[in-house]
Amino acid sequence: MPRLAALFFALLLAVAAAAPARAVDDAVFAAALKGLAVEGFAEKTAAADALAATGDPRALPVLRAMAAGNLYVRKADDAPVLGERAGRDLALTDPVSGADLGTAASRDLTKITVNNVLRTALAAIIGRLEIADPDPARRRAAVESIARDSTPEAAGVLRAALEHEADPGVRTLMERALARMSLASPDAAVRLAAVESLAGGELSPQVRALVAPLAESDADARVRDAARDLVERIELRLMIVDITLNLFQGLSLGSVLLLAAIGLAITFGVMGVINMAHGEMIMLGAYTAFVVQEAFRAFLPDGVFGLYLIVSIPAAFLVAGAVGVALERGIIRFLYGRPLETLLATWGISLMLQQVVRSIFGAPNKEVANPAWMTGAWEALPGLVLTWNRVAIIVFALAVLAAVALALRYTAFGLQMRAVTQNRSMAAGMGIRTGWVDALTFGLGSGIAGVAGVALSQVGNVSPNLGQAYIVDSFMVVVFGGVGSLWGVLAGAMSLGIVNKILEPYAGAMLGKILVLVFIILFIQKRPRGLFALKGRAAEA
Amino acid sequence: MWRRSTVPEGDGTIVAAEPKASAVPARAGRRTAAAPAAAAGTVLYLDGVTVSFDGFRALNNLSLVIAKGELRTIIGPNGAGKTTMMDVITGKTKPDRGHVIFDADTDLTRLDETRIANLGIGRKFQKPTVFEHLTVFENLELALKCDRGTFRTLFFTLDAARARRIDEIMGLIGLGDRRAFRAGQLSHGQKQWLEIGMLLMQEPQILLLDEPVAGMTDHETEQTADLILDINRDRSVVVVEHDMEFVRRLGAKVTVLHEGSVLAEGSLETVKNDHRVIEVYLGR
Amino acid sequence: MGPLTSRLLALESRRGWSVFCGLLLVAAVLVPVLHLATPPDSPLHVPAYMVSLLGKYLCFALLALSLDLVWGYAGALSLGHGAFFALGGYAMGMHLMRQIGERGVYGNAGLPDFMVFLNWKELPWYWWGFDGVLWTALMIVAVPAALAFVVGWFAFRSRITGVYFSIITQAMTFALMLAFFRNEMGFGGNNGLTDFKDILGYPLQSDATRVALYVASAVMLAAGYLVARFVVASKLGRVLMAIRDAESRVRFLGYDVTAAKLFVFTLSAVLAGIAGALYVPQVGIINPSEFSPAQSIEVAIWVAVGGRGTLFGAILGAFTVNGAKSVFTGLAPEVWLFFLGGLFILVTLFMPKGIVGLWGQLRAKIGEGVQNVAQKHRA
Repeated sequence: MPRLAALFFALLLAVAAAAPARAVDDAVFAAALKGLAVEGFAEKTAAADALAATGDPRALPVLRAMAAGNLYVRKADDAPVLGERAGRDLALTDPVSGADLGTAASRDLTKITVNNVLRTALAAIIGRLEIADPDPARRRAAVESIARDSTPEAAGVLRAALEHEADPGVRTLMERALARMSLASPDAAVRLAAVESLAGGELSPQVRALVAPLAESDADARVRDAARDLVERIELRLMIVDITLNLFQGLSLGSVLLLAAIGLAITFGVMGVINMAHGEMIMLGAYTAFVVQEAFRAFLPDGVFGLYLIVSIPAAFLVAGAVGVALERGIIRFLYGRPLETLLATWGISLMLQQVVRSIFGAPNKEVANPAWMTGAWEALPGLVLTWNRVAIIVFALAVLAAVALALRYTAFGLQMRAVTQNRSMAAGMGIRTGWVDALTFGLGSGIAGVAGVALSQVGNVSPNLGQAYIVDSFMVVVFGGVGSLWGVLAGAMSLGIVNKILEPYAGAMLGKILVLVFIILFIQKRPRGLFALKGRAAEA
Repeated sequence: MWRRSTVPEGDGTIVAAEPKASAVPARAGRRTAAAPAAAAGTVLYLDGVTVSFDGFRALNNLSLVIAKGELRTIIGPNGAGKTTMMDVITGKTKPDRGHVIFDADTDLTRLDETRIANLGIGRKFQKPTVFEHLTVFENLELALKCDRGTFRTLFFTLDAARARRIDEIMGLIGLGDRRAFRAGQLSHGQKQWLEIGMLLMQEPQILLLDEPVAGMTDHETEQTADLILDINRDRSVVVVEHDMEFVRRLGAKVTVLHEGSVLAEGSLETVKNDHRVIEVYLGR
Repeated sequence: MGPLTSRLLALESRRGWSVFCGLLLVAAVLVPVLHLATPPDSPLHVPAYMVSLLGKYLCFALLALSLDLVWGYAGALSLGHGAFFALGGYAMGMHLMRQIGERGVYGNAGLPDFMVFLNWKELPWYWWGFDGVLWTALMIVAVPAALAFVVGWFAFRSRITGVYFSIITQAMTFALMLAFFRNEMGFGGNNGLTDFKDILGYPLQSDATRVALYVASAVMLAAGYLVARFVVASKLGRVLMAIRDAESRVRFLGYDVTAAKLFVFTLSAVLAGIAGALYVPQVGIINPSEFSPAQSIEVAIWVAVGGRGTLFGAILGAFTVNGAKSVFTGLAPEVWLFFLGGLFILVTLFMPKGIVGLWGQLRAKIGEGVQNVAQKHRA
């Protein structure tokens, strides 16, 4: 009998929920409220339905409190009250007037108990109330909670709500929920209509999950075909999105590698210096960004905070570049012509720089925030979400590459640098100060690594061993692309980035990386001087 | 991108050889139908060899025949392709086209440096390259003709006859009293001789000498010329040289290379009077 | 006396042999005797922790020796020698894991604990045979050798030399580290292999076993030294040095440079593998961090500090640097990286021949000084 009553109320509610919530008389509301304090969970369900049926906006908080176990009856006057834990006592609120009723010890109150069945029922009722909520986000949540119990009543509630719904997002959600309910209908025509209605909407994995069982084993051939068709279309669409997304992530990883490797292409490719501390130049750049960020926070108004990143770029270039020049003048220049010793000495530098940074900033990760203009994402296609910081890195990496290429080609320093690389003694004979060209070249390579560090600080945490993660990869890029060729570095970085990301879903991140490394080792069998190798005897030195 | 040599005629320093050379498997390069056979009595036959670096033709359809027991001098201006020719013969550089036939029917373009050296072709580089950290004796011992397999080398012991042979050569090249000296401590001329001595230890059928008297005094040059003539008694020798006095002294057939192919061939007097040679080389 | 015996005897001078025998006696006999036969309060007593520590150093010394063979003599600086060490260690670790039997946490005799934890049902095929001592011994040698042979074959055949070779070998150990971090590989993932109980039936915790392992390490180091000395003193050793100085010239002499380098690289990997296998039971654990590129580079600095191309220098360097590391990490751990980094720089800049060469350098300096003084006096 109580079950029937509940059903009745639910049907009533279907109509009630469609109408906007309106306040009823305090007395009517209070009476409905009193009804909750009954014995038996079925009775309580009925009472909750009745309360909801009043259509009063005050019902929702009461029902939420009831579901959470925060609804009490005061022993003194049998009045239902809302209770919040406040220390050892409970802070009471009058559900009717919303007035503060002070505190009471829990022994003065009787809790209105709920069990799981009742909690589920309450969730459904709350959902129906919330579906009339003015906040679209709440309505969305409500649609989802209603859709969870796929009874005809729930479908009725949704259908009624759909008629009044103005928000397109919520409408789609409702339509999909309804279609899903219809998919379970015993009537083949209804199922077919539902599949077709879904086919007109968003082709998402969720829809595929709904339709897939029908495509597999629907009793009706037409429904099965339609469902199969839809699943195929969704899969094609998802594949395209997936490939594009992989490509984008590959480009984004490739840009990170590119930034890390451009500097290396200069120090290793042009000067023949193998700089194992290159990763630490990146790390110094990232910490420079952190320091600039902290300075902006401390000394400048919030309004200009977003500019810290712009300031970080030249700052990081100067910091890392200065360290690079100091290293070249202080250590590396004594080791020219002894590449293996250079390798060991720069490794030593790398250990010391890491320890210096660890001593100053501490070992834990530092967070560098994205400025507001770089947060968020761009949804290029449904399901194809490109985050702005990654888009920015791709653009930035290409810009740095272009700037370096132009600088080497068109500036006096670039000319001197190329001259020293090609024929040191001749360049010296023509009055070029080769020592300073070496130092500045090394500084340039290091400075670019610093700039790379700023970019990396935007996609990950900053820690003293940040550089270590990139050193092997950036060497691979340079070796793969061809030593001494900026185009090679670009091609190397992008192809490694993309191959890595394409392999990742199939092989997992680590195995993908291993495969790439093995691939490179095999590749330099065929092309020992990289993709963009220089031919002839000049390349042998 | 930045490293580009405009002068393919390099200084001949020993650097890691062009790695692609190794891609050729080290199997015996018996000639194929396409490769021509050399006439009997020929030790080396270059047939239409072409080599390009970055579009620059270092050798252009070069053909050359060296007879058994012949002494040949090769001259030519810088960039004529003399060193590249040596590189091709010894397997350091693979030609784009053409064949190099050794001893009637072995195509050297299919072999790597190691195999070619073991066939009996010795080479001296323009810049003396001896192993500076090894002693004079050890340098010669390494060059000694014997089984060069890795395990044979590991368990190699020097017998008395071979030790005598090393001493003999050491005497011949005038380094008898420098036996335990590190090669790095020798003078430039002594290094040149040591290298020639190493070639003799190899007992090659043909010796390729790239500017053997560069940097030597007149006296040393004379001695070297005598040494080469002496060596020539039982093997073929090809000498690349700039020093005309030295070339005259050797008194052998001269080949003039220009822009990667043979410009003129004949006795020194003949080529000296060839107007084309005068134009490109001597006349300047 | 056959030619080989006489060559073996000729490996060292009379003085060399006495130093060699003396050091071996101190390491393999004196230290254990002082540990076992003296009372703990005696000033001569060598405590147990010291025996373990020295045992570790001996393994490191063998590793350094193996690197010196390829770097000091053939000129190929491998930055992946830690990988061979770790592979030998893993082979030994797998044997020790199989020896645990039912004494693991899960009491499963058929599967190591971590496999039970990962819900694996049966032993992967590559674990088969590791119950046996002989198979394990074979794998300790064969796995590093096979890896070195394959990588070396690819690298040397393509004439990858100098820093390129270093980068390739570094990438090799980096890839292996990533691979061994994966649980799916079946080598215990992140945690590696540990909780060993006994070796050849003797409990690892017991004093006698520790001493035995220590002595085994000392003897293996001595044997490794003699093998390496035999190689470098042979004509092949001179070929290797010639390759180091002028690789292509050696080719024109008719030697197979690829084969020679491949031989010494593989031999060196075997020595490194044995070092790793002796190391693991003494420290009780092997995990993927042994593969990290930093570990391998550190080995290079041991060799450089001692003096490369001398064999003895590598051993000396391994003891010196690791001794310093033990002292520093005890006193001021944060200073250690500064010290190590500084060592890398100072040794490459000022001590290109290491400690062994320092004596010669000093003598030359003193000689110069004396000459200068004499000249001043004359003037």
